[in-house]
Amino acid sequence: MSEHDAAAEVLVAVTLREPGEPVSATAIREALALHLDHSVSPTAPGASGDLLVPVMREELTAAIEALLELDATHVMLTAFCLAGPRVGRSPRVQAGLAVEEVMAVPNGPLVRLRIVLPADDPSYQSITPLVPAAQWDEREARDLHGVTPVGHPDPRPLVIHDAGTTPASAAAPASSSAATPASADAAVPSPYAPPPAAPAAPEPTVPPTTAPTVPDVAPYRAFVAHGDGVYQLPVGPIHAGVIEPGHFRFSAVGESVLYLDARLFYAHRGIERMVEGRPFAGALPVIERACGVCTVTHATAYSRAVEELTGTVPPARAQMGRVLLAEMERLYNHVGDLGNICAGVGFNYGISRLGFQKERLLRLNERLTGHRYLMGVVAPGGLRLELDERGLVGLGSLVTDIEHEVRATVRHIVRSEGVMNRLHTTGILTNAEARRLGALGVAARASGQACDLRIDRPTDGYREIQVASVGASSGDVAARFHVRAQEVGVSAAIVADLAGRIPDGEISVPLGREPRSGEVALAGAEGPRGASWIWLMAGPKGTVARLHLRSASFANWPIVAAVVPGNIVPDFPLINKSFELCYACTDR
Amino acid sequence: MPMDAVRRLVTPLRNSPVTSHYPESGPLLQFATRGLPMVDQHRCNGEGSPASACIRSCPTGAILAAPPDAASKAPSIDAGRCIFCAECVSACPSSAIAMTWRSELSRTDRAQLVERPVEIDPGISASEGSNIADHLATTRADDERTRTQIIGRLGRSLHVRHLDAGSCNGCDWEIAALLNPYHDVQRLGIDFVASPRHADLLLVTGVMTRNLEEAANRTYQAMPEPRLVVAVGACAIGGGVFAGSPQTGDGATSRLPVDVFVPGCPPRPEAIIQGLLMAVHLRGSGIGDAAGSGGANAGSEAPAGPAKAPQ
Repeated sequence: MSEHDAAAEVLVAVTLREPGEPVSATAIREALALHLDHSVSPTAPGASGDLLVPVMREELTAAIEALLELDATHVMLTAFCLAGPRVGRSPRVQAGLAVEEVMAVPNGPLVRLRIVLPADDPSYQSITPLVPAAQWDEREARDLHGVTPVGHPDPRPLVIHDAGTTPASAAAPASSSAATPASADAAVPSPYAPPPAAPAAPEPTVPPTTAPTVPDVAPYRAFVAHGDGVYQLPVGPIHAGVIEPGHFRFSAVGESVLYLDARLFYAHRGIERMVEGRPFAGALPVIERACGVCTVTHATAYSRAVEELTGTVPPARAQMGRVLLAEMERLYNHVGDLGNICAGVGFNYGISRLGFQKERLLRLNERLTGHRYLMGVVAPGGLRLELDERGLVGLGSLVTDIEHEVRATVRHIVRSEGVMNRLHTTGILTNAEARRLGALGVAARASGQACDLRIDRPTDGYREIQVASVGASSGDVAARFHVRAQEVGVSAAIVADLAGRIPDGEISVPLGREPRSGEVALAGAEGPRGASWIWLMAGPKGTVARLHLRSASFANWPIVAAVVPGNIVPDFPLINKSFELCYACTDR
Repeated sequence: MPMDAVRRLVTPLRNSPVTSHYPESGPLLQFATRGLPMVDQHRCNGEGSPASACIRSCPTGAILAAPPDAASKAPSIDAGRCIFCAECVSACPSSAIAMTWRSELSRTDRAQLVERPVEIDPGISASEGSNIADHLATTRADDERTRTQIIGRLGRSLHVRHLDAGSCNGCDWEIAALLNPYHDVQRLGIDFVASPRHADLLLVTGVMTRNLEEAANRTYQAMPEPRLVVAVGACAIGGGVFAGSPQTGDGATSRLPVDVFVPGCPPRPEAIIQGLLMAVHLRGSGIGDAAGSGGANAGSEAPAGPAKAPQ
């Protein structure tokens, strides 16, 4: 082992991590009661074992402070309409809006703090000053549902670019989910037209979950720095390469970036709104295509949410199959991204070698499932399609071979002074910032945050296997590069182990009971970019009343923008690639 | 570190070339590859009405009922909308729909993307498959002919600008795969350029979201004439699974004059190459030379007039 390999070993630690002592729901209720000055009534745990705590809207910040003392982390904030069903112990309201802040207590349940807002004043005290990780969640909820976070430090629109001129919720009738084939026949060529009924949705009767409130927001203006010698560098939304759309406005002095204003959501397709009213199976193809390279992650999170609502347990073959597919997804994404980091520094050797290994992995995906990006396999109840036996034969040894090739290439990259000089100390995300801003996935693990849903909250087949935890502490591009390279090894080992011993039997079971209207389930899956979560509220007759997809990219994007200042402009693509976030996942 | 540099030079020499010979050789398909589904009109129970199981099962409305005056009531499949999920195959009560390996489906005419049900001898069951194999062989021969034609015309380079008009990024990754050592489109004289001002062809993916309409339009307007537009993927062709969302249009076709349609969700890289070559073919025959380009480039005898001639 050369000295360079030794340096890499020091930087990256691969360990087996055990979850700590569990925190009970009672302990959480007691902590909340202490801060709220009144007892918190125990509610029946949600379908996914989570804890629903209805609080008054004035009490939200106090409740969050209580949870923060328990080291809880922000998971998501979502808004929805409470019209119709009485849910939990929340007071009955007519067409009122509700906001839920979901926080994860380490080794404890997820806590859903629910506030109900009066229809005539859908505002609440912003939680972003307390939980900076919620900054985009709150802006998104305001743009899409019209709930106003009072005191939010960044009041600009986020998702709807022309908010203020053509409010989305006003332009699209709130009854869009109840569109009937008749409205589809009256083909209106405008993109603002209500959606035609999905062919798979038989006469949904769900109440609209989005109030047609016009968000009261100022038009978008980029935040820029001013001063002598400061100039602006606008980039995008159409980029000089095969990249997704996003607008970046750098305020720079010379080559150094003073501030980066990132404007995304160009690829906002409104999928959460689209699936409202669809039957569970009908929503799947859309959720799966929220992002073309996180398909297994999103399909698994969605399927598990549906399974929890319906009390379904997928068969053993499906559970292990999901693990296998999730690790194949991680492999091709990680290998491709190691190559892309090389592209960020113009190291052609690495681009070519790793580009080809990624192609080999995509072919294995196709051999296994018939689809290079693994679409159309994971579904509520198990798997939709059988894993091809020809794909399973030899999969382990092929993946091991690819892993050897990747490792050899990584060794070359690590020994290239020119490359590593660019990677080290570039785009540093400190441990404290990673925690404060709610970093996830590789970005968090490379900054010393041990967070991995596969270990912290294992589901499906992950309960039966051990996943090695990879971590580094320097938080720079090099750390993210090394963590990813090590995770390729971990994932390849899991695939090699599982390929030969996927249990035989059925691949899916029919969904169990029909969930009560208004019941909510939360499910997450650790994808290549971190944990993605699905918040799913059931409507009548096994339909989706409201769905929120909080992807890992959505959580990590504000962090990229926060990390760039202090670096030079040409390092931005490199930093961006080291986080490897999808725009499509974020924009939805 | 000279030894490492030497090793980097030597390692590739030990490996044989990996680059594909597509389109001379066919695409590298796997047994499980999901291509366009095919309807056997004799096995179809002939309902062909919107109430048929297959039509109801399709998440994108890609299965079209037969017109009332048609001889056969078997439905057609719109390759431009199909997402290759195989939902119809399991939904069909009479097993009349089967997945095929057909993935190179590019057409220059939107209407031609609709595949009529095939004639299969009723005496032979679809699962025995000999006639399906024959049918596939015929389409394969058609594809071969197209390819030969295309290659004959391709004596030049083509500069491509990619435009993401709001995709799930599946198509974008397949386009990026065109540049990897296996597909390596540069061997065909095709390259991607950074600015629309340098491009002959706009490769569009995605549904055309509201937030991108203006940027997409300005990208197209920035291109010099003559210009070609290739719509890649079900979203760009007709909105795909996102069709009808209030936040999106129904694909690039609703905003841009598309010359070639490349079906798929996402299309395999070979299918995208086929679409690009088809566009080159159009260019040679003068179809893509839109109005206002002047006579100089609209060559009819000698297929001249590329933006950049090869050396």
